[in-house]
Amino acid sequence: MKNRLKVLRAERDWSQQDLAVRLGVSRQSVNAIETGKYDPSLPLAFRISDVFGLPIEELFLRE
Amino acid sequence: MPARSPALRRYLLRLAVLMSLYVVLLLGAVTLCRHDRPEGALAYIVAIAPALPVIGVFWAVMRLIVEETDEFIRLLHVRQCMVATGFCLTVVTVWQFFQNFDLVPPGNGGFGALLFWFVGLGVGAIYNRFTMGTAGSCA
Repeated sequence: MKNRLKVLRAERDWSQQDLAVRLGVSRQSVNAIETGKYDPSLPLAFRISDVFGLPIEELFLRE
Repeated sequence: MPARSPALRRYLLRLAVLMSLYVVLLLGAVTLCRHDRPEGALAYIVAIAPALPVIGVFWAVMRLIVEETDEFIRLLHVRQCMVATGFCLTVVTVWQFFQNFDLVPPGNGGFGALLFWFVGLGVGAIYNRFTMGTAGSCA
């Protein structure tokens, strides 16, 4: 699933590690989600939504 | 999150304890059998003693999967175990048929499925690396 995490992260000047700390996951997880290798569970998607302050549908895009 | 999650640190500690126990029990069982070979029920107890910490390693791996809170890392562990299980079953099955058709001598030289499962964990880590971009925290 495509997502806008990399762009949104760059807008905030966060590194992958910064976002990982905010989400309570590993940097590898952030990288895997950003590159589309892994689709997060619904609970993690909601955490990402909370961290960016945006609804889920603005973070993840239908293919 | 630190490089090694709390679940991974607990796993490594359990692994170190179990492997130390394995070495002690294996050396003890071999020494006992060489000097005064036990018989009857005691022989079975001595023989199975080194296997117990190895069984404990399987438990430790399963606990790692249950206790890991990072869902992506947990996925990597599960994939690694699935590859290891498939690898192990494949090698043992092929070897079994080689024996059935008398292409290789009977016995396994003391190496059971365990060795191939552990080798399979390494194969699983490589598989993760190529397909998911990372082998996980434990690699």
